[in-house]
Amino acid sequence: MSIVSKSRSGRRLWVAVLALAISGVCAAADSTITGAGSTWVYPLVAKWSEAYKVKTGTEVNYQSIGSGGGIAQIKAGTVAFGASDMPLKPEDLKAAGLIQFPTAVAGEDLVYNLPGIKPGQLIFTGPLVADIYLAKIKKWDDPAIAKLNPGVKLPNMDITVVHRSDGSGTTFTFANYLSKVSPEWEQKVGADTSIAWPTGIGGKGNEGVASYVQRIPGSIGYVEYAYILEGHLAWARMINKDGKVVSPTLKGFQDASAHVDWSKAQDFYVILTDHKGPDTWPISGCTWQILRKSASKDTNLAVMKFFYWGFEHGQGMAESISFGPLPPSTVAAIKAYWKNELGYTI
Amino acid sequence: MSGSDMTFGAELRPVSEEPKPAVRWWRLTGDSLFHAAAVFAALIAAAALFATVIAIAYDSRLSIETFGVWRFLTSSEWNPVTQTFGAFPFIIGTLVSSAIAMVLAVPVSFGVAVFIAEIAPSWIKKPIAGAIELLAAIPSIVYGLWGLLVFAPVFSSIEPWITQYFGAIPGIGLLFQGPPAGIGMLTAGIVLAIMVLPYTSSIMRDVFLIVPSSLRESAYAMGATTWEVAWDIILPYTRSAVIGGIFLGLGRALGETMAVTFVIGNSNMISPSLLMPSATIPSVLANEFTEATTPLYLSSLIYLGLILIAVTLIVRFLAVLLIRRLGRREGASA
Repeated sequence: MSIVSKSRSGRRLWVAVLALAISGVCAAADSTITGAGSTWVYPLVAKWSEAYKVKTGTEVNYQSIGSGGGIAQIKAGTVAFGASDMPLKPEDLKAAGLIQFPTAVAGEDLVYNLPGIKPGQLIFTGPLVADIYLAKIKKWDDPAIAKLNPGVKLPNMDITVVHRSDGSGTTFTFANYLSKVSPEWEQKVGADTSIAWPTGIGGKGNEGVASYVQRIPGSIGYVEYAYILEGHLAWARMINKDGKVVSPTLKGFQDASAHVDWSKAQDFYVILTDHKGPDTWPISGCTWQILRKSASKDTNLAVMKFFYWGFEHGQGMAESISFGPLPPSTVAAIKAYWKNELGYTI
Repeated sequence: MSGSDMTFGAELRPVSEEPKPAVRWWRLTGDSLFHAAAVFAALIAAAALFATVIAIAYDSRLSIETFGVWRFLTSSEWNPVTQTFGAFPFIIGTLVSSAIAMVLAVPVSFGVAVFIAEIAPSWIKKPIAGAIELLAAIPSIVYGLWGLLVFAPVFSSIEPWITQYFGAIPGIGLLFQGPPAGIGMLTAGIVLAIMVLPYTSSIMRDVFLIVPSSLRESAYAMGATTWEVAWDIILPYTRSAVIGGIFLGLGRALGETMAVTFVIGNSNMISPSLLMPSATIPSVLANEFTEATTPLYLSSLIYLGLILIAVTLIVRFLAVLLIRRLGRREGASA
């Protein structure tokens, strides 16, 4: 008697569970976008997707597995979009049947640990930073640094160079900038998400670099803008392409993007480092989203809608986590690019 | 040992082969099922190892074709920009950091094991053994964070002193040069030593405790000191097990990833100084795998993994060889 009733209630439970599971799967299939890639852009996509779900019910499932993984996944077609900190070359995009567009701008700056020298007090130029990272300038009281910083009492200290140990878009942007301003850097080192560093110690992640710089007197490193805002590190001002002394600001990153003629840049293959403009921050960067041309129109449209929503409504959210929203001109160029490449747009 | 096994089997076999009417059919089926399951489990474990090696070798074929074996092993250029890859600095980094760990951990493990087995009063044995075994339960990322945030700052204040005193010694002094950053090969070795300690010390302690008390007590009765008992009686008696424990710890040190990545400084350059940053095979994999964007780059990283497996197998092979050789020598002297 009791066995019968137990099995019946058990069966009822199973039916309920099954029904729930099926409805869950259906709901997921209706309104989930999957993406994978860059760890740099992860906080932004996470923030946007949270708000987007509340607004539209569409869930964005983003896995921050790294740019390399993101590119591999979108090529294999297992995700709806891939995110990379390094743009793919137009010929590579073409060969793989992919398109790409920028998401948001960001920036990074040099930080240092020198007794008695305050945040923003030191001024660097690109070639000077390249020489430090090439180990050609080894002391803080080197005439090349002193000339740019008259009146600052520079100590006779060894420079300890700190860089990222993990592959990173931050490294790519930094090395790309040095390649543009220093022929020697371009020839000897070049730019990629990981590079063969001529000198220095490697910290894992921005946290790793920041903690080394904080601890080692005489050290210099590069970190994303958000880590400068935290206020524990002394950061540098830079002389930009126009010859102006600038501090890192979101507006400076956006200016870099605003001074690019995106309509002429094929597949948005433009790196935002070392651009013109009086307020332009020279070490500005960008992250890209990659779509498959052969994916269904519904899939691509869902992704496009999400990012377009972010461009229009997610600006405050982006700024709150130190990403610069794309200027309206850039967003317009993306919309035209979609129409041009896919034959449809939102 | 093997003799007693034989007698055991000889006693048991006729009993189990006797037809027993009382045994139900499902018990026999159950037994044969269990037999099959055990064989299956053993095969799965072996197959998983082979499948892993084959899959890793297959995925690294692009790099093997491009660089070959010898060039990849001996080249010290690792440059994603020019797509030139060589494993030499990482092989050196892996071997040296593990060697430092063992040099530090083995004597301490021996001391701990002797203390627990011989010296400690019984009420303190358990808490100390427990505390050391708990070291093994700490996740390696915690060791990494501890190394980076707690140990490295302290160590960086000791480093100038090390450079001043040890660095002045001709020859050995080369090992102790460099800026006092608190991170580098030596820091990695020390953190690894702490991580390896519970493995080596608990094996040593276990085997020290099974040394027959008649042996120990007769040595003490002859007037031997604790040191003499430990070194001349206990250690020779347990030698092969102790070496096994050391190599178990070494295996762990060779493959350790997160903790090393945090404290080794991650530089691809080979330096004679132990205070300078370095890199190991696991640390490079942890650092660069996520952003390896080209097929050759990815394939070279997987190739590094294959080399790590080879290094580990070679170390194991040497351990077996060493134990066998010692066993033979002991046999000859006896």
